[in-house]
Amino acid sequence: MRHTISVFVENKFGVLARIAGLFSARGFNIDSLSVGETTDPTVSRMTILTSGDDQIIEQVIKQLRRLVDVIKVIDLTQSDYVEREMVLIKVDAPSAHRAEILRICDIFRGKIVDVNPKTMTMEVTGDEGKINALIDLLKPIGIKEIARTGKVAMARGKQDKNLAGKGQGGMPLEEVVSEEKT
Amino acid sequence: MKISGSEIFIRSLKEEKVSHIFGFPGATILGIYNQLLDSDIQHILVRHEQGAIHAADGYARASGKPGVCLVTSGPGATNTVTGVATAFMDSIPVVIFTGQVPTSMIGNDAFQEVDIVGITRSITKHNYLVSQVKDLARIIKEAFHIATTGRPGPVLVDLPRDVLMDEAEFHYPAEVSIRGYKPNYIGHPKQIEAALKLIAKAKRPVIYSGGGVIRSGARQELLELVNKTNIPTTSTLMGLGGIPGDHPRFLGMLGMHGTKYANLAVTECDLLIAIGARFDDRATGKLEKFAPKAKYIHIDIDPATISKNVRVHIPIVGDAKLILREINKAVVPGDYSAWIERIEEWKREFPLSYQQDDEIIKPQYVIEQIYDLVKDRAIIATDVGQHQMWVAHYYKFNDRRMLLTSGGLGTMGYGLPAAIGAQVACPDKLVFDIAGDGSFQMVLQELATAVQYNLPVKVAIINNQCLGMVRQWQELFMNKRYSGVCLKCAPDFVKLAESYGAVGLRASKPAEVRPVLNEAISVNKPVVIDFRVACEENVFPMVPAGAGIEEMLLS
Repeated sequence: MRHTISVFVENKFGVLARIAGLFSARGFNIDSLSVGETTDPTVSRMTILTSGDDQIIEQVIKQLRRLVDVIKVIDLTQSDYVEREMVLIKVDAPSAHRAEILRICDIFRGKIVDVNPKTMTMEVTGDEGKINALIDLLKPIGIKEIARTGKVAMARGKQDKNLAGKGQGGMPLEEVVSEEKT
Repeated sequence: MKISGSEIFIRSLKEEKVSHIFGFPGATILGIYNQLLDSDIQHILVRHEQGAIHAADGYARASGKPGVCLVTSGPGATNTVTGVATAFMDSIPVVIFTGQVPTSMIGNDAFQEVDIVGITRSITKHNYLVSQVKDLARIIKEAFHIATTGRPGPVLVDLPRDVLMDEAEFHYPAEVSIRGYKPNYIGHPKQIEAALKLIAKAKRPVIYSGGGVIRSGARQELLELVNKTNIPTTSTLMGLGGIPGDHPRFLGMLGMHGTKYANLAVTECDLLIAIGARFDDRATGKLEKFAPKAKYIHIDIDPATISKNVRVHIPIVGDAKLILREINKAVVPGDYSAWIERIEEWKREFPLSYQQDDEIIKPQYVIEQIYDLVKDRAIIATDVGQHQMWVAHYYKFNDRRMLLTSGGLGTMGYGLPAAIGAQVACPDKLVFDIAGDGSFQMVLQELATAVQYNLPVKVAIINNQCLGMVRQWQELFMNKRYSGVCLKCAPDFVKLAESYGAVGLRASKPAEVRPVLNEAISVNKPVVIDFRVACEENVFPMVPAGAGIEEMLLS
């Protein structure tokens, strides 16, 4: 099963290599990975999509927690969460297709961020299903280039009381998922 | 007052009460070597950096204090890699300091530059590249803290030359605060309660004790538990000495070369209590056939070892010593008398044995004689192979920190430098390195280190003139097609020892074994003893790779 995991790490050089190295050394999959600073510049938040049976996911989480530079690990899959990805798509845009492209962009609540006589570039945000549906629709028109950010994710509102802005570097104060039940 | 990075380094080590460093100098760490002259920290100059890291590891295992190793950049650093992995697999607290080219040159493929932090990332508990001198003292403090707390392990600190030359105020932090590192020591009371219930209900319990018992110093607590409950106890190679080797409830080692009765007990048990053990494949054999009828209690300080290889019913994360104390307070054993009687029958039916010979020395006999002569007086280091398993079978370890052996990585060449490190840590103890002729030849240059510092280690070479364990596998599983195992071309070990300024002795007949051992012990110098043993002796019992542990070859 696929899991979305938030990993809060020290914002230091080499930390990404530690995480990536852990996954490759132990044979875990990374389906998607994105990193960015939190409100505390010393803390970065990674969103990692990985897949495996329960035992593998348990190991992924425990092995991540074992790294000294990892501050907190949350398996979002066990709760209600929002997941988004942004994509930039450059499509062939001869005048005959421009109206169609704009219409699709509109339906998907995207934005045209670049236009020239031959191409248009569209920015769209959504979950994986939406992005894939958009790509399917644009394919017949002619996709020239595509860039995806990888997923970012966050637990839904009920955890709000625990969230950031309290000197916690944008980390929830309490684990959404209980720690090792011991 | 501002002082140089090199001076900060020395003063930080003094703060950590480091008394010995095992090292080998080079261009990038000249500043430190210069400072060492004015310091009372003793530097032991090894002959190869692998010797330095193994010696630091042996020092740590023998003393319980962290071992320290200092090497230069590039090849100096890469030569430690095998030893770092050895310490990592066996959870040994060592701190490795490597030189590095100046920060301005990092990434330029400079002379003797290597990305040692990148290379050792997966074989250290943590590692650091110090980029500014102002961070040096804090990082050294953190390195020692991380190496010695929680599940111990090696920590590497990479020191660029300019960082050692730059100056800063010296301030050694009193405390460490790392938000991502907070090991848990106290076992959860509910889990302990659940474990106690299982122990009271069990009919056929077995304790499976590992290296964690040694590392946490839980020997007394384990002994108390076994004495209170009478639960039969087996041990991994790393756990030997965790309970006295001659204890009536002790079953010897389990696993691939375990005793038949230990493996039968594990196979038949209804409750397996794993303490500081990690269900390594050499202990479990085929997992589906490992303790198939049992519920598992697993006590370990590292949450990641729990349910890694097997599903555990009652995990207890924390320090073995503290958890066993809690268990001992309230444990109520069940009636295991029928079970113990059954195990005693197995012990009588399948004892460890070998065929003694009047003319040819049997390797097992040498181990028995060493044990008989020195018992608890000695620290025993081993290399890896047949002799290592015979030590596990025939030497009864009655205390922790008596056996120094590379269990996880299985590193040949570990024994001699580890023995040197142990002798430095314990100058008044008798230290033996029981070695194979193959393993010894990987590190024999360290004899010079032993002689230089007058470290009277006794190297007992179990010389079968071949790579015995590989030869055994080829005999049993490759139709006796021996490939790449013959070591008949070897130096005369007696003359070799003498040329280094050590004492060389030889025994070729069983009757000579005891006198030669007596002589070795009586001289206060490093000794190499060449025991010419039977070449085709095999280690039994043995579980073929991939089989269940009850499927043993007994001869």
